[in-house]
Amino acid sequence: MATKKFKCKVCGYVHEGDKAPEKCPMCQAPQSEFEEIVEAGAEAAAPAKKVLNTNSNVYTIVYAAVMVIIVAFLLVFVSQTLKERQTANVINDTKQQILSALNLRDQADVASTYSMVIKADALMQANGSLQDYKGEFNTSYKSEFDKGNLHVFVAEIDGQKKYVIPMNGLGLWGTIWGYIALNEDRNTVYGIYFSHSSETPGLGGEIAGTKFQDRFPGKLVVNGRDVALKVVKYGKADKSSKYEVDGVTGATITSTGVNTMINKVLSAYIPFLTAANVGSNY
Amino acid sequence: MANKNNEAFKQPLWVNNPVLVQILGICSALAVTAQLKPAIVMGLSVTVIVAMSNVIISLLRNTIPNRIRIIIQLVVVAALVTIVSEILKAFAYDVSVQLSVYVGLIITNCILMGRLEAFAMQNGPWASFLDGIGNGLGYAAILVVVAFVRELFGSGTLFGFQVIPQACYEAGYLNNGLMIMPPMALILAGCIIWYHRAKNKDLQEN
Repeated sequence: MATKKFKCKVCGYVHEGDKAPEKCPMCQAPQSEFEEIVEAGAEAAAPAKKVLNTNSNVYTIVYAAVMVIIVAFLLVFVSQTLKERQTANVINDTKQQILSALNLRDQADVASTYSMVIKADALMQANGSLQDYKGEFNTSYKSEFDKGNLHVFVAEIDGQKKYVIPMNGLGLWGTIWGYIALNEDRNTVYGIYFSHSSETPGLGGEIAGTKFQDRFPGKLVVNGRDVALKVVKYGKADKSSKYEVDGVTGATITSTGVNTMINKVLSAYIPFLTAANVGSNY
Repeated sequence: MANKNNEAFKQPLWVNNPVLVQILGICSALAVTAQLKPAIVMGLSVTVIVAMSNVIISLLRNTIPNRIRIIIQLVVVAALVTIVSEILKAFAYDVSVQLSVYVGLIITNCILMGRLEAFAMQNGPWASFLDGIGNGLGYAAILVVVAFVRELFGSGTLFGFQVIPQACYEAGYLNNGLMIMPPMALILAGCIIWYHRAKNKDLQEN
């Protein structure tokens, strides 16, 4: 153990002994050119024996298990502590989206504007009349639609009655949804709002912009007993048509998705849209 | 040591930029750069997550079993991304809506795994932290440059505000539709790499 190693810095010759030789036997360099080699391995090897062998199977399995348990608890904890705030945010956001369809975008106090403007959250009955929805405020109108709960929000703006209908469908990459607000005649579009989960920014994502949504107000929804409101390829909309709306440039599939969504959802609402009477309270 | 830390931070900003030299993270660079805002938020999120996961892996590096080290790195990154996304949903709902899928995409960003495997497994927490910040900002810088050009010429806006005056459109100017298509991001990144190689001759290959 006592032997140390000395290396000649000039030629790399390694000498073993208690101290460096006076002259390098290879290149004749003086003693000062030698430096001691401290072996990293020798030092590190001793304490390593006390530490667990990190490559053993047991260690690997235990390590993975502990890691997973820690991470799982951490995520559950974070999710539970933040849940209330998140739900409140989602409800707030849904209300803002409904208000956006009524051209009340970017409200500072969404909850109070909502309770002031929206008079009722109703469900459409088979004969087209409305009845109060008795449940908690809903944030997922896709599952409500699939269950056959056809929501209609009754709003009042400047003494005028408006109806807001939630819509959902598929875009290019994921889901798209929106709210369409109709005038009291249940035919003329008063305002519209679209959003999406993952459409391409700058292309399909433009459906969430006002540039596209501003093309809707004033258009008509129903012709006879069919949904006639249509999104067509950009530039193809007939200027004189009351039913055709230009799509988004370069986003044909998303625009088609919007068209399909409007058609599918509003077709289910035809009884309401064409009913002579929707109930005295509404 | 201070010098080494300095290098860990500065190198990835330009000379050894993860996007330009290592060609990592190109996929997300194409996806989020059609507009400036998501590009910046994405750049910052990646910076925070690379730095944090670098520190955690660096602290654990001597205990991680070699055979499952990639999985351990992935678990750490995925957990961090999930937590960041939950926090955004609770406290910055607007930003989380803006980012939507991109938060999840951070998990698969090659820069993260690249830095964890190449740097954090061998270096101390402080150096790893600086390395993470440097790489994140290097990535963010490229995103911002590409997004700036794409949004300006593709939509005529910056941060959503109209920059090219209406008069230009009336005079016949048109937005370049190719700019908002993903291939344009690749072409722009290619141009930046070209400039970068011209400035850093030692990176040129024969």
